[in-house]
Amino acid sequence: MPRKLMKGNHAAVYGAILAGCQAYYGYPITPASEIAEAASLLFPKFGRTFLQAESEVAAINMVYGAAGCGLRVLTGSSGPGISLKMEGISYCAGSALPCVIVDIMRGGPGLGNIGPEQGDYNQVLKGGGHGNYKVIVLAPNSAQEMCDLTMLAFELADKYRNPVFVLTDGVIGQMMEAVELPEPVTELPDKSEWAVYGTADSRHLINSIYLDHDDLERWNRELMKKYEIIQKNEVRVEEYRIDDAEIVTIGYGSSSRVLRSAVDIARERGIKLGMLRPITLFPFPVDEIAELADRGLTGILTVEMSDGQLVDDVNLALRGKMISDLYNRMGGNVPTALEIVENVSELYGV
Amino acid sequence: MAQKTILRKPRGFIDVYKHKPGAEKDRTHYCPGCGHGILHKLIAEALEDFDIVDKTIVISPVGCSVFAYYYFHTGNLQVPHGRAPAVATSVSRANPDSVVISYQGDGDLAAIGGNNILQAANRGENMVVFFVNNAIYGMTGGQMAPTTLEGQITTTTPYGRNVKTDGYPIQVCEIINQLTAPVYVVRTSLHDMPNIRKTRAAVRKAISNARDKKGFSFVEVLSMCPSGWKMDSVPAQEWIKENMIPRFPLETFRDDSEDTPAIERPVPVMDPDEVKRILEYSALSDSNLEKNPDAAFEKVAVRIAGFGGQGIMSAGIALANVGMEYGYNVSWLPSYGPEMRGGTANCSVKIQSDTVGASECTEPNMVIAMNQPSLEKFEKILVPGGALIYNSTLIDIEPTRTDVEVYPIPITGIADELGNTRVQSMVSVGAFAAVTEMFDPGEIENLMTSLFKGKSDKVMKLNEKAVRKGYEYVKENFS
Ligand SMILES: Cc1ncc(C[n+]2csc(CCOP(=O)(O)OP(=O)(O)O)c2C)c(N)n1
Ligand code: SF4
Repeated sequence: MPRKLMKGNHAAVYGAILAGCQAYYGYPITPASEIAEAASLLFPKFGRTFLQAESEVAAINMVYGAAGCGLRVLTGSSGPGISLKMEGISYCAGSALPCVIVDIMRGGPGLGNIGPEQGDYNQVLKGGGHGNYKVIVLAPNSAQEMCDLTMLAFELADKYRNPVFVLTDGVIGQMMEAVELPEPVTELPDKSEWAVYGTADSRHLINSIYLDHDDLERWNRELMKKYEIIQKNEVRVEEYRIDDAEIVTIGYGSSSRVLRSAVDIARERGIKLGMLRPITLFPFPVDEIAELADRGLTGILTVEMSDGQLVDDVNLALRGKMISDLYNRMGGNVPTALEIVENVSELYGV
Repeated sequence: MAQKTILRKPRGFIDVYKHKPGAEKDRTHYCPGCGHGILHKLIAEALEDFDIVDKTIVISPVGCSVFAYYYFHTGNLQVPHGRAPAVATSVSRANPDSVVISYQGDGDLAAIGGNNILQAANRGENMVVFFVNNAIYGMTGGQMAPTTLEGQITTTTPYGRNVKTDGYPIQVCEIINQLTAPVYVVRTSLHDMPNIRKTRAAVRKAISNARDKKGFSFVEVLSMCPSGWKMDSVPAQEWIKENMIPRFPLETFRDDSEDTPAIERPVPVMDPDEVKRILEYSALSDSNLEKNPDAAFEKVAVRIAGFGGQGIMSAGIALANVGMEYGYNVSWLPSYGPEMRGGTANCSVKIQSDTVGASECTEPNMVIAMNQPSLEKFEKILVPGGALIYNSTLIDIEPTRTDVEVYPIPITGIADELGNTRVQSMVSVGAFAAVTEMFDPGEIENLMTSLFKGKSDKVMKLNEKAVRKGYEYVKENFS
C-alpha cells in the first residue's frame, strides 16, 4: 500500500479529499491550524472550495449552506472555536444536514492553553448546542485513523443525514505517522431528494422550524429513533489484551495510545491489564462496557485527559454493577504509561 | 380593444403557501402596512420577468422574514440569526450558476450579523443582499435595532434612544461602500409609489447582477413596521419620510455593474484516478528495505533536542521517514504545547516493529542532545543501557549518567567543515544509523530525493555528505 509520513491533521484533510469532500470552511486555531493550512493547499488543486471564514460562527454556517446544497463539507477547529460553532451545529442537526467537524482538543476552560486535552468531550457529546440532538462522534488515535475515520465520518454523515465529529486531541493532530492512503471514493450518494441545487427540480427547503408543537415533537421523536438506530448499528471499539484481563482500562484518543503501552508494561510485570478503547463516543459502547461488569474483574480504570467526563459515561454503562475508577491528567499534560501502571498497582494492590 | 389585465401572483411566489401552517395558505403572515410584503412582491416579479425562478435560492434570516420560505417558489434555506451572508456564501460557491438572495432585517444584518455581512461584501460574493431597514426589531416585539433613530422609543429604549449610551443609528450602505469589492450599493424606500418604483428598479438591477455573476449587490430598503412603531399604516409611511430619510439618505452609492466581468468558479475534480494523480500516489513510498537482523537496536524511542533552528524537527522527521521505508512502525511527535518554552525544541521518534503506543518518549532508549540545556534535561530520562549522543561542539560539560553508552560527537563542527551549519541535523541522522545499525547509510542516500523533495542537487549532495560523515565519525571513534 502506498504510504506517506504525515501529521494527523494533514491525514484528516487527505481523508476528506478521498471521501469526495468538496468544500472546506474554517478559521485557524492551534492545534488544529494545519487542517486549514493543508486544506488551503490541497482543495484548490482539485477546483474544490477552500475559504478562510471570518469566524468559527461563519464557518459552521458556511458548512450549513454547503451541506444544504448537497456537498460533502468539512470544518476543523479546537475548543474555543467549537464552542462558537455550537449554535450552527444544532441547526445542522435540526435540519438533518450531513457535515463533518474535526475537533483537535486543547486545554481549557477559557483560553486555557494549546496543549492536548480532552475537555471538549461533554460539549461535543452532550450537545453543546441547544435542543434535543446528538452528533455521531468518532475518536481516532493515530494518523491512519485520522484519514480513515474522516472518510467514515462522511459516509456516516450522509447515511444518517447528521453532523459527525472527528474528536481527538492535540497529540494526534500534531504527531506524524505513516499513513496508507486508501482508494478515493468512486461514487457519492444521491441527495436529490432534499438538497438545494438552484434548479427547477430542487426547490427544496432546508429548515429547522416547526411552529406547531406536535409537529416539533414528532420531529424530535424521529430524531430519537435515528439515534437509536445509530446506537444499535455503529458502535466501534478496539480491545487490547482484554480476554484474560483482570483489570481493564478505558480511554480514547491519545490516552488510549498510552494505555496500550501501559498494558504492555503491566503484562511484563505480571499484571493482567487490558484495554478497551471506544472508537465511537456516540454511539457509546454501552453494551461492551456493561459486559465488563459480568467478568468478575478486579477493577475498571477510566483514563482521560479531562475532569471525569468520560468516566461518567462509563459508569452509566456499568449501571451500578461496578464503579469505574478514574485516573486523569489535564492542562496539557498527557499521562505516561509508567504513571498509569503505578496507579493500577496502587489502586488494586497488584 | 382594451387589453385584458389578469391579476395573479407573480410566478416567483409559490401558488399555495404549503409550508405555512394553519388554514390561511393564500396570504402572508406580515402585518397590514408592513414593507416586507411589498419587497417580496418586487423580488418575485423580477424573478419571473427574468425567467430565473428555477435557479434562485433564497436565504431566510431570523426576524419577521424568517418565513420568507413560505412564499418564494425557489430553493430555500432558513438560517441562524445574522448568518445569512455566510450561508449565502457557501450556497453561491456550491451552485455558481444560481441566483442567491440573502434577505435580512436590520437586527439580523447590522447587529448580530454585522461581521458576516461585511466579510461577504468584502469577498465580493456573487449574491444579492436585501436589507430591510425598519429601525426596529419587529419579530421580537419592537426592541431597539442598530438603525433605531436617535430619541426613538422602543421597548428597550423606553426613554428614547440615547446616543451617549446606545450609540448612533448605523448607516450600513455607507459602510459597505467603503469596501472595494461590492458592485452595486443602493438605498431606497417603500414609503410611497414613486419610491416603490425606484426600489423596483434597484431590485431588478441587483438580481440581474447576480444572474450575470457580477458579484455583490447590496440593496437597503427603508421599510414600514407599523406594529413595531405602534402606528397605523399611513402615518408609518409619513414617519419614514419625515424621520428616516434625513438619517438614511436615498442614494445610489455605487454602480459598477456595467464594467464588472463575470465571476468564474472552477469545476471540482472528483474523478478518482485524477484525484490519485494530483495527490501523487505514484510517488508515495512503497518500499520495504531489508532490516538488519543483527542491528544493535531492535527498536528505538529517541528524544532529539536542541535550540530552535538546529533542525531538531527535521532530523526527527528524516528518521521517521527512513524507518517507514524499512517497513517499521514509526511515530514523530514535536514538542508542542506547554513544553515549548525558551526557544528550545525537541521531538520524540519511535521506530519499532510492533504497534506504537504512546508517541511521546517518556523513557527513551536514545537521546540526541544538540545543546547543553537539552543534555541536562533529557539525560535524566534515558533508560539504563540506552545511548546518549551529544553535540560535543557546543556542549563542554560531561554527562552525569554512567549507566548509558555515551557518544560525544562534534555534530556542529562536522557540519561547519562541510560548509553549512544547517546540515547538522543530517549529521545526527548519520550518527543514529551508525549507533543503532538499523539503517544503511547508502539507503539513506538513496532516499535523499524524497527526503529533500524540491531542493536543489547541491543541497541534496551536501546532506548526503553530512549523513556519511556522521556515520563514519561513529564508526571510526566508537567501534
Ligand atoms: C441567536 C439569537 N438571538 C436572538 C434571537 C431572537 N430574535 C429573533 S428575531 C430578532 C430580531 C430581528 O429583528 P430584525 O432583524 O430587525 O428583523 P425584523 O423582525 O424587524 O424584520 C431577534 C433578536 C434569535 N432568534 N436568535
Ligand atoms: S412586526 Fe413589523 S416588520 Fe414584522 S411583520 Fe409586522 S410590520 Fe412587518
